[in-house]
Amino acid sequence: MKRVGALLTLAGLLAGGPALARDPDPDPAKSEMWNKVHASLFQGVRFEADADQVITLETPMRAEDAAVVPVAIRTRFAQSRERSIDRIWLVVDHNPSPVAAEFQFTADSGRADIETRIRIEEYTHVRAVARTADGKMYMVANYVKASGGCSAPAGKDPEVAKANLGRMRLRVEEKPAPGQPVLAQLMVSHPNDTGLAMDQLTRMYAPPHFVRRVEVRYDGKPVMMADVDFSISENPNFRFYFTPHEGGQLEAVVVDNQDLRFTAALKLDGSRVASAQQEQAPQ
Amino acid sequence: MNPRGWPTRAMACAVVVLAFRCAAAEVPAALRTFAIENPAAGVYVHYGRIETPTADNAGDIANVGFVVGDRCVAVIDTGGTYAVGAALRNAIRTVTSKPVCFVVNTHVHPDHIFGNRAFVDDRPEFVGHAHLAEAMARRGPNYLNALRRDLGAVADGTELVPPTRAVAQTATLDLGGRTLSLRAWPTAHTDQDLTVYDSAGGVLFLGDLVFERHVPVVDGKLRGMLAALEELKAMPARVAIPGHGRAASWPGVLAAEHRYLEQLLGDVKAAIAAHRTLAETVRSVGGQERGDWALFDDFHRRNVTAAYAELEWE
Repeated sequence: MKRVGALLTLAGLLAGGPALARDPDPDPAKSEMWNKVHASLFQGVRFEADADQVITLETPMRAEDAAVVPVAIRTRFAQSRERSIDRIWLVVDHNPSPVAAEFQFTADSGRADIETRIRIEEYTHVRAVARTADGKMYMVANYVKASGGCSAPAGKDPEVAKANLGRMRLRVEEKPAPGQPVLAQLMVSHPNDTGLAMDQLTRMYAPPHFVRRVEVRYDGKPVMMADVDFSISENPNFRFYFTPHEGGQLEAVVVDNQDLRFTAALKLDGSRVASAQQEQAPQ
Repeated sequence: MNPRGWPTRAMACAVVVLAFRCAAAEVPAALRTFAIENPAAGVYVHYGRIETPTADNAGDIANVGFVVGDRCVAVIDTGGTYAVGAALRNAIRTVTSKPVCFVVNTHVHPDHIFGNRAFVDDRPEFVGHAHLAEAMARRGPNYLNALRRDLGAVADGTELVPPTRAVAQTATLDLGGRTLSLRAWPTAHTDQDLTVYDSAGGVLFLGDLVFERHVPVVDGKLRGMLAALEELKAMPARVAIPGHGRAASWPGVLAAEHRYLEQLLGDVKAAIAAHRTLAETVRSVGGQERGDWALFDDFHRRNVTAAYAELEWE
């Protein structure tokens, strides 16, 4: 009996172990990693059946560039007193740290839509989980194939990424109309380093260096807040909505895991599409 | 416990072990013939297939070569698996018994580095761009996982072998009566591109700064790749060896890639100016070039993605 057990272990090693495991079953309910995330982050949560009436998730079928995979989460309705979404989680089952982001929205967000870009390590499900103000939970999932060959989630030019650390750009994408949700974009120049790579020469792991918190306020009121990690691509990029009145100021604060703090601000003059660019020394 | 299940599983394991051992010793069918060409005295090239890596091609998809001096041999790129590296080493042995003293990797991509292990016993210097070690550390484990996932047993024996000598700008390798000139490039195809010039034969190994037939791939910086093409034009070469495909003329081979990259630059800049998102841009840009290149559908959308992420900061 013992010998048989040893052989089974050996066979397990030869098969490559968990590092090589591909998730062959595109059925989102059968993902082992998801079951773990479900058990820890969403313990006891029952997801509502009609999720696609609340949110949709757009991802490519294949991660063309594993370092920069565009993800869009769209909501089916604008934020209103009757119905709103206060939180959205973005989960990448097979990434080293599956919870890529936890976004918080308010009535001032106008819409709880969010677009960003993520790294993808392996064949994986990508999920969006939304919580509506009445506490109901909804989950949608897409299966994304990792690209083979030379596509890798690591950054392309780490030296340049370090040199540009902290540049920020904040932009309103459409002509703002008072009382109507308007699309905005926040770009942050940051390596968003995983710290998972080992230097082959020194045998040391590079320390992780990534954005962990993003806060966007309009005239002091939160419109898009997020806890994020290194599953978000280098140079984190977010497109989101907020509802302006006449004028006002949009402000973004970004904090990384080394407690470096970056800020950008944009005054709306109400008449045109606006953008602000800041190169600011970390505070 | 199922009393009948145990022996059945144990037998399956025995088969697994046997298959593993056999595969390690067996040369993949794709590599049983491994053609080498001799474009100049002492210079040998094996042209890889214009394909993505599969078990059928055993990762033999990049051009690899070697240069023989009076004293020893330099290998330039080693192919996409240990098996390709081993086939290249066998090819060297049909030409010369001189030792392999240098193994140069033109950049980090798996189809250029994964044959390195076949040369470890020769104790050469492994030479690469000053950024190669870091790139290999960051990307290597992922590449190895993807290779094992996609090629299965054909990937057996493949390991990461990092550089032992870094080239920050230029370097020369002395093979005895023959010198190779190495040049490290600013970020272009990748952030670790290295070219190798053999002045005796007038042969220029370009790595993936230059593609022919195989659609160009941007994994570093689009503008850097265009800048590299400008500088390459001025370099003398009797024979040019791109990383993929064949150069019928030098510098004539650069024209098609230049056209593709300029088009990509213009299209992506226009999309960004029109406030199109990354996803929209990836869907819409550059389809008219599909007929000009092999593997267009494997790499073009990825190029658009990389170009967008680069250019949106301008």
